[in-house]
Amino acid sequence: MSEALLDVKDLRIDIVAGGTSHNAVENVSFAIGRGETFGLVGESGCGKSITALAMIGLLKPPLITSGGSIRFKGQNLLELSAREMRKLRGNRIAMIFQEPMTALNPLSPVGRQIAEMFVLHQGATWHEAEKKAVEALASVQVPAPDQRVKNYPHQMSGGMRQRVMIAIALACNPDLLIADEPTTALDVTVQAEILKLMQELCDARGTAVLMISHDLGVIAKMCRRVGIMYAGHMAEERPVSDVFRTPAHPYTKGLLSSLPRLGSRGSHGRKRLQEIEGVVPSIADFPAGCRFEPRCDRASAICVKQKPVEVDLGNDGFVRCFHHE
Amino acid sequence: MGLRLNLVIGGVLCVLIIAAAVLAPWLAHYNPIMDADLMNAELPPDGQFWFGTDSQGRDVFSRILYGAQVSLTVGIGSQLINTIIGLIFGISAGYFGGWWDDLVSGLTNLMLSIPSLIFALAIMAVLGPGLPSLLIALGLTNWSWTCRIARSSTLSLKSQGYVQAAKTLGYGDARIMATQILPNMIGPVLVIATLGMGDAILSEAALSYLGLGIRPPQPSWGNMLTDARELIVIAPWAAIFPGVAIFLTVLGLNLFGDGLRDWLDPHMRTRRA
Amino acid sequence: MNDCPEPLLRVEDLSVHFPVQGGVFSRSRRLLRAVNNVSLSLNKGECLSVVGESGCGKSTLALSIVGLQAPTSGAIYFEGKPITGTVQPSRMGRAQMAQIVFQDPYASLNPRQTVFTSLAAPLRLHGIEAGEVEGRVEEMMRLVGLKPDQAKRFPHEFSGGQRQRIGIARALVLNPRVVVLDEPVSALDVSIRAQIINLLLELKERLELSYIMISHDLSVVEHMSDRVAVMYFGQIVETGPWNSIFDNPTHPYTRRLIGAIPDPFAELAGTSLVDEASAPPPPAGFDFYPKEFGKHDVYSLPPPSQLVAIDVDHHVRLVPAH
Repeated sequence: MSEALLDVKDLRIDIVAGGTSHNAVENVSFAIGRGETFGLVGESGCGKSITALAMIGLLKPPLITSGGSIRFKGQNLLELSAREMRKLRGNRIAMIFQEPMTALNPLSPVGRQIAEMFVLHQGATWHEAEKKAVEALASVQVPAPDQRVKNYPHQMSGGMRQRVMIAIALACNPDLLIADEPTTALDVTVQAEILKLMQELCDARGTAVLMISHDLGVIAKMCRRVGIMYAGHMAEERPVSDVFRTPAHPYTKGLLSSLPRLGSRGSHGRKRLQEIEGVVPSIADFPAGCRFEPRCDRASAICVKQKPVEVDLGNDGFVRCFHHE
Repeated sequence: MGLRLNLVIGGVLCVLIIAAAVLAPWLAHYNPIMDADLMNAELPPDGQFWFGTDSQGRDVFSRILYGAQVSLTVGIGSQLINTIIGLIFGISAGYFGGWWDDLVSGLTNLMLSIPSLIFALAIMAVLGPGLPSLLIALGLTNWSWTCRIARSSTLSLKSQGYVQAAKTLGYGDARIMATQILPNMIGPVLVIATLGMGDAILSEAALSYLGLGIRPPQPSWGNMLTDARELIVIAPWAAIFPGVAIFLTVLGLNLFGDGLRDWLDPHMRTRRA
Repeated sequence: MNDCPEPLLRVEDLSVHFPVQGGVFSRSRRLLRAVNNVSLSLNKGECLSVVGESGCGKSTLALSIVGLQAPTSGAIYFEGKPITGTVQPSRMGRAQMAQIVFQDPYASLNPRQTVFTSLAAPLRLHGIEAGEVEGRVEEMMRLVGLKPDQAKRFPHEFSGGQRQRIGIARALVLNPRVVVLDEPVSALDVSIRAQIINLLLELKERLELSYIMISHDLSVVEHMSDRVAVMYFGQIVETGPWNSIFDNPTHPYTRRLIGAIPDPFAELAGTSLVDEASAPPPPAGFDFYPKEFGKHDVYSLPPPSQLVAIDVDHHVRLVPAH
């Protein structure tokens, strides 16, 4: 790959509070090329969302980035001042969240919130910006955009609000869009529309996307490559089709075979689902060696003692496991 | 994570006040009422009279100890009445809703629109001075905040799964309110109650200062201030020490209330265990 | 369906309407029609899934079945006896008929009660001898895959999946016949879902339970259900045995719902779960109702339509064609 748009190397995030420190994210590395969509999958508490927050410099104490680098167009974001970061955020790197209601200002019409981006980052006058806001709203396929700009967030449905969020995020044609569970709060039919819209817009504009989700289906639909996170470690990172066809990490393999698959009961009858035993560890109880070891059916003595390192699988992929497939 | 500082300071202050009230007969050097001696009037603090003496030569220290009994009785007693009234009205209004909720909410707003001291003053004027009247007057006039907190907590708690589940399991309404709703609002209600105790102690002082509360010669911090009013230049200690006692008690209760809220959080409880 | 014996639970023509205030200055009171003339039956040992999107009335329907929401009209029968309206049994009497497992395991347990108290109190309330209570609680803990000594802990000491197990234990403690599962796994971590799905299916066999599952996750619905009812804006638009619904989805809304699921394997194969080109036409003389989606008015009465049988026990909502 030529120079990546975003290159995360050995990112480490710790929770430091009251003299004690816990590791939340460790040795996370991934790269996203221009215009590429990269997925980050994992369960609650696996560190995928705080990794995303680190990308836009919004980690707040007790969370701190304590190691590694995040290079965006060659520039290490961890070394930027708060002021420089603000210029980048919303302009070159934009973010959309799970719940658009909490991310939008309830007291301001949505048109004004979109226009603000043009004023803030492109030096447009309010008059120009408001006109551009109508276009932006039209681009996310909101019907009657010239009327809708006057609406307040509470007057819109969840799907419409998420469209507004996308319009705000893409207002300045960012190079990278970070989407943290953008459709989790939406109904499936609305989710399908929003995903399609995101795909079309980002394709047309060449925007790279970092898609964060717990839903493997959403990732398969949207992304070319995917990183599977478990308890703050990157379990494996590969092209999406490889991960689903030949999962290498026991966690990924377990996850894929634990999910009921539409159509499988029709062809094979109802089979007991394969369970991954145990519980997702909380940050304070992360195992010292491989973090999946207590739940893994392939674990051996070395997994308890040592942290597995990246094993190159070829085809632009790696797995972090001593006993991978 | 150690004990919280506000809980410690507040707790120590509250324990000191309670100890003063309970141990008054043993700690006091003099009888607060009988040991008046005009020969010793208006003496500054010294080794014999730690906090000085008042216009009638009574020991201010001893009178403050006995005054603590009055303040605590009024604070705890009236707040107990307020809390019970507020909880019953608030929880039932939130739980049942409808016309009962409208009625209770109307009453609460009415109570909040009249300063509670004015209300208490009116009741005292009818009932006459004395400790029982004080308890009734202050206990009937300051339940609006508890009621509001209880009502709004109930509104959010009653849609929780465990309250719904209790209904499907056959619990009656009274049992649900007592076992599923009440325990989950104890934190904020206790905070309101301790803050209210401080208010009640201030109100007692105010009413006694106006001559409507505790009748002299029985000492209360409020009527001690009344007595000391004329001496403020000659014998400031007679006013300063009751004032400081009120201040420290109210401060202690407020700190304790805040600390208690954190401590009662069940998430903290097992982390310590 | 006439040859069937009386089903365990029957919902007949159930409607639930909520009065809503028009606006701050408006005196008009409108009715939000959450559930409109829904009829369902649940046979013994069956898992009936009610699927639909938010606001379709499926949760309101669930609450009505366990007695937490009084119906505006219509009736619910348990073993042939009505349990709604003026003849409804007391809460105590109803407790052994139907219980509910909630979606959010974090809000469904009283944070101030130990698990033991949560399970023992209903037993005591229903007059179980003090000596038997402890044994029964132990049995329940084992039944849902927890250790009996964990019962002395508070809910926050458990993970989401464990809490859901406790929620299931509480629903089963009084030996109900019907259990309503309101999105039982959608709030859980993905790697935990299989455990709970397996547990629910095992318990159904072992205790001869009957389930009504409310869900929007069609892959879970396909795996667990015997019959499926698809709801759209308060009405059932399609209902039938699970294999008819998934092999031969007929109503356009059902097809749309199935088609919207991002299924990882279908995505990679570049196929779609439903093929829009081969959408079945409505039966002769009928049109699908509703035909279009997304513009529904929850305040006005829907035009008359009917559920028409298109196969054995497979019904679709239709209106006569013009």
